[in-house]
Amino acid sequence: MSNTKLKKVDIIFSPYSVAPYEILRWMMEKDKQDIIDNLIESGLRGRGGAGFPTGLKWKFMASEQGDEKYIICNADEGEPGTFKDRKLLVEVPRKVISGMAIAAFATNSTKGYIYLRAEYNSLIPSLKRELDVYHEYAAKFGLDFTIEIFSGAGAYVCGEETALIESMEGKRGEPRNKPPYPIQNGYKGKPTLVNNVETLASVSMVCRYGAEKYKSYGTDDQRGSKLFSLSGDSLKEGVHELELGMKISDFVEEFGDGDTKAVQIGGVAGFCIPRKKFHETVIGEGNTTGGATMIFNSSRSMYNVLHNYLDFFAEESCGQCTPCRVGTQQLLKGIEAVKSGDKPIAYLDDLVKLSRTMKITSKCGLGQSVTNSFSSIVENFKEEMHH
Amino acid sequence: MSKIKLTIDSQLIEVEQGVTILDAAKMINVNIPTLCHHEDLCVSGNCRVCVVEVAGRERLEASCATPAEEGMDILTNSAKIRNARKDVVSLLVSEHNTQCTTCYRNTNCELQDLAAEYNVDGDKYMSVLKPNIEIDKSSWSIEKDDSKCIRCQRCVRTCAELQHVNALTASHKGHEMKISTFMDLPFNEVVCTNCGQCVNHCPTGALTERRYFDNVWEAIGDPDKHVVMNTAPSVRVALGEMLGFEVGTRVTGKMVTAMRKMGADSILDTDFSADLTIIEEGNELLTRLKKALVDGDTSVKLPMITSCSPGWVKFIEHMFPEHLGHLSTCKSPQQMFGALTKTYYAEQKGLDPKDIVSVAIMPCAAKKYEANRPEMNDSGYRDIDAGLTTREFGLMIKQAGLDFKNLEDSDFDSIMGESSGAGVIFGATGGVMEAALRTAYAVVTGRDVPFENLNITAVRGTEGIRNASIKIEDCLPEWNFLEGVDLNVAVAHGLKNARIIMDEVAAGKSNYHFIEVMGCPGGCIGGGGQPIPTNAEIRAKRIEAIYEEDMSKPIRKSHENPEIVKIYKEFLGEPLGEKSHHLLHTHYRKRNRY
Amino acid sequence: MLEVANIIEAKIEQYGRERQALIPILQGIIADKNFIAKDDMVLIAKELDISAADVYGTASFFSFIEDERKGKYVIRVCKSITCDMKNRRGILASLEKELRIKLGETTHDNLFTLHDVNCIGLCDQGPAMLINDEPYTHLTVEKIPIILREKRNQKN
Repeated sequence: MSNTKLKKVDIIFSPYSVAPYEILRWMMEKDKQDIIDNLIESGLRGRGGAGFPTGLKWKFMASEQGDEKYIICNADEGEPGTFKDRKLLVEVPRKVISGMAIAAFATNSTKGYIYLRAEYNSLIPSLKRELDVYHEYAAKFGLDFTIEIFSGAGAYVCGEETALIESMEGKRGEPRNKPPYPIQNGYKGKPTLVNNVETLASVSMVCRYGAEKYKSYGTDDQRGSKLFSLSGDSLKEGVHELELGMKISDFVEEFGDGDTKAVQIGGVAGFCIPRKKFHETVIGEGNTTGGATMIFNSSRSMYNVLHNYLDFFAEESCGQCTPCRVGTQQLLKGIEAVKSGDKPIAYLDDLVKLSRTMKITSKCGLGQSVTNSFSSIVENFKEEMHH
Repeated sequence: MSKIKLTIDSQLIEVEQGVTILDAAKMINVNIPTLCHHEDLCVSGNCRVCVVEVAGRERLEASCATPAEEGMDILTNSAKIRNARKDVVSLLVSEHNTQCTTCYRNTNCELQDLAAEYNVDGDKYMSVLKPNIEIDKSSWSIEKDDSKCIRCQRCVRTCAELQHVNALTASHKGHEMKISTFMDLPFNEVVCTNCGQCVNHCPTGALTERRYFDNVWEAIGDPDKHVVMNTAPSVRVALGEMLGFEVGTRVTGKMVTAMRKMGADSILDTDFSADLTIIEEGNELLTRLKKALVDGDTSVKLPMITSCSPGWVKFIEHMFPEHLGHLSTCKSPQQMFGALTKTYYAEQKGLDPKDIVSVAIMPCAAKKYEANRPEMNDSGYRDIDAGLTTREFGLMIKQAGLDFKNLEDSDFDSIMGESSGAGVIFGATGGVMEAALRTAYAVVTGRDVPFENLNITAVRGTEGIRNASIKIEDCLPEWNFLEGVDLNVAVAHGLKNARIIMDEVAAGKSNYHFIEVMGCPGGCIGGGGQPIPTNAEIRAKRIEAIYEEDMSKPIRKSHENPEIVKIYKEFLGEPLGEKSHHLLHTHYRKRNRY
Repeated sequence: MLEVANIIEAKIEQYGRERQALIPILQGIIADKNFIAKDDMVLIAKELDISAADVYGTASFFSFIEDERKGKYVIRVCKSITCDMKNRRGILASLEKELRIKLGETTHDNLFTLHDVNCIGLCDQGPAMLINDEPYTHLTVEKIPIILREKRNQKN
């Protein structure tokens, strides 16, 4: 196990240090292959939660042929407890847009969209202003790549890239079967690269400071820095940029209120870590890397927490596949029945098994991830689950 | 296409690249259970019943939606898989109305079969069935009961892919997700053709035809009523499937005996009115051709398109309301039959038409709607009193306690019980066209169509749209204007193909003279009222049986049917005459497309 | 208020007469009218040449596309866990009391509709809510009447 002490970093939100879209201009003087190789070398992984190596994704995209190729910035940040992308889009949108433009240049893509969740509609005017600046520079640099904002309409599942694409096509946000992946068959059937907001901003940073410098952050397993959206029982709520690979105990020491009972990492789709495991758990190892971190102190009922999560899942499941649609309802109803005494405590074990079935049978990450928080809360806080 | 090798249940196989795991398994007779999958439809992968284990992957894969890959090592039956499938089926059962005993699809339900196979424990999960679900009984043809729905979306895909109607959609999301019409309006208020393909593709009892068989039993039991039953051509090649026969078995004789034993007063044949349709429609076509070619009448609409299929008729009324002039004005055989039952038949048999109950047994859901169209009362009464599906009829035979397999064969009654092979083939896509050509060619040239055994193979088959061109030579003098004309014809089946054909017509780019359109894939043998399951293989066997039935008939051309000759002589006078016009022809109405 | 037909036409000009224009069209109508009427869905179907059921299927999927008449201001109170921990129930109760409606209802003057909503990405500033597109953060029971008064005054 590799880990590092908690180290704060200040790169991604640092003020713009070069002329507008200067990083893009640098990149456009380079060999496309070199940009991608550099990105692979940096070890940057997708920051949306799934953690696929970004450089590799770009490499696949670059090898796709076609007159129309799309770059989509996934700003459908719907994971409860996550708000880092919002901050990026408010404070450093240029870094995000640069990331998109560099991606377009490196992969010969033709058109870009920022898929912005409906809840962030108030950001549209400022984003549009920045896009105007971008388009001006892109024209000057001779980059034929325009970017539009596509506003989401309120559905958590559309953070899943194929559901996102379906909704852009005017359809219900139901995830597709994979393969084929969007890189081969995406928006309007064309090659489509979907990257998270933070990933694209990180790309700008890799291009600004070089893979070596970027790589020097974090551990061998987890390169670079990461944004953590911190909320809950903490006096330091907000977005924090930290090196990857730290233990929860260090995290709690820095951010907890002194009475931390549990930490939810990776949002409601992630894991709930109880106090007794703070020392043995490294953030990002065997759990998720989306960066949503919620702290609960001992005044909180973990039953209420879990109930809230399940309510969310039961509403936000797209509803197409059985395990997710019905499983989420069963888990919710099940813990209510155990709480009220209608079902024995042992029923929780059945429910944990059900959540594992959901993990291995659901069509997309939504249904597959419910077991993470469900089993970690039920197993670690069983005594809070019954009446 | 390149080949790949993989292992399924320790068996090494080679398949084409792109084949799904499910289909690869089928090739070596490994059956994987499915629910949302249907051979007619695109892959959905949403029920998750067909999951299998791929070595090296923790997650199970939906075999229907996952392409086989080189070197895959697949298990289709392991403890992990069985537990997962059992959980998935249990979950479906937990949101399902489990009153199976009162369900129309009891014993013919894919969910029920799987629940039994996996011995699902009904108490394991609590019911999450939504309370107070109302059954939509607004349509004459289709009932929708959401409490039985497993949200597999087969109906949605059927309506979209096979029929291009899109009357059904998934709506809402999460636990609220359901199958809806537009704004959840009642079926009778939305753009629906009543074709019943959704019913035929539904794995459970969520979508069923509206049933009228109790009314029929009532009428049979009423000594004052004279019950006339008539059966469509395609019923006799599919009914057997419900009663212990192999797919593709012709059960005409037993079917007739069964109706007689059930207590119907007269057992007649819709094939008779199919023959009649050919005479009327053939003459209509020739008249239109004459007006267009000789009189130069530009108001004549060509191509003329058949109107036998009520799903198709409602489709064109909705989708192409500006082009209704292309439809033949002929009523469908069912409605011609009804109108004649209460006039000609009543007269001949000395019955008061008000005492006659006409029952049509059809492969179709749309026929129920058609029978209830307000204008279908030209006899002065409801022309057809009840339209039953093949499925309802099969159930009635069971209710009657008949040992169908061992029934003797018997013949239809007379009058209106005689038919030609041409009437029979109405049941298969291309059949109306072939029947029409057999008669029209003979009328115009005095000779048989120039095809071996009268089998016009060019219009047969299952290709979505087929076309043919027949040169007319050596005409009889009165048809001289057709000398040397290439008669261009086309056949389309399934409303998806109907739309393609109509888009051409609407664009003025259609160079056909005559088009046959059937609303359902395969024609009536694949109708919405036919036994479940229906799929490509089953449709092909039913089609084969239809053509066998044709070949077995001594008379193969509609105009040679002696009962047809007789009815013109004794009752109708001449084709397209005043009586025909009144009883056998109809008009259409424009409907909204959206 | 704009004519729905004009909104549709403008969006089609921007996104093409294809299905991918659907969500922008729905949003365009929502921005002006706060909900999509049945007849408007039919109109959209006609313009895009897709079935009305398909329009409905997509529209009903998304939380921010309403098919029932809403107030001029749609209030959406975040119900996710951290807002919940910070007294969103109290906020909701206060809104219900001030507006004299229950969750899901619209005031008689058609000014306000009260909904709850899943995470709106303001977890560090909860409890939070949206009024139409505008976020309101660090809510307290005391702030609610003030915010509502502001909105009522905007009407005049």
